[in-house]
Amino acid sequence: MTIQEMAAACGWRLLAGEEGTGAQVEGCYIGDLLSWVMARAISGNVWLTVMGNVNAIAVAALTDVAGIVLCEDAALDEAARARAELQGIPVYTCPANLYETALQVAGQLHG
Amino acid sequence: MSMLHLHYDVPGDDFTRAGEASGDVKHKLKRLGYEPDAIRRVAIAMYEGEINMVIHAGGGEATVDIDPDKVDILLQDHGPGIADVSKAMQAGWSTAPDNVRSLGFGAGMGLPNMKKYTDLMEIQSVVGEGTTVHMVVNPGQKGS
Repeated sequence: MTIQEMAAACGWRLLAGEEGTGAQVEGCYIGDLLSWVMARAISGNVWLTVMGNVNAIAVAALTDVAGIVLCEDAALDEAARARAELQGIPVYTCPANLYETALQVAGQLHG
Repeated sequence: MSMLHLHYDVPGDDFTRAGEASGDVKHKLKRLGYEPDAIRRVAIAMYEGEINMVIHAGGGEATVDIDPDKVDILLQDHGPGIADVSKAMQAGWSTAPDNVRSLGFGAGMGLPNMKKYTDLMEIQSVVGEGTTVHMVVNPGQKGS
């Protein structure tokens, strides 16, 4: 399933990086500590976090995650939005918390 | 003489530009057809190094030599140096200020991550003069 399809099913709103929304989602990673996420998130994960800064976009690019979902309406700052657009990294927002969003992801991936 | 020799200036105190050098190296390795695991290891180790130079050293330089069996990364800065390298290598040890922690860094994982993802890592540091980190990734070795 693509991240675009998952976002539509879960009601996430796209903030930036439309170019990359065809990426396939094969799993999920949750975390806010960037060094930790960088070492553990893997290609194809949808990354749930509240970190909407430019370094989060860099970590997403380096790990090849399918995209970022900023939970609990966490803000995406302007530099991060520009970088996500430039690099085609989809960033979504949703009001639900990390746990609720993870349940949505699990529902989509594992039905 | 390496197959590809790259040089980058890493600007100090500018978090918005950290990751440009490692991103560019990642892109080039991809185009050269390196295996994803090796690319990932190089990118993570180099990005952590870049972040360290931004946080602690007011920037620095990165030199990368790419060969089929070896990616050689040299990070040099003229920052304050590391007083106790073995302590700095311990997971969880950090001297990063609070504003850096609020960005999602400064958890004392940078140097341990760099060691974990490389096949060779050497640190030379002189307090008051700066730090040099030499890392080598051999595609096909280690694995994450």
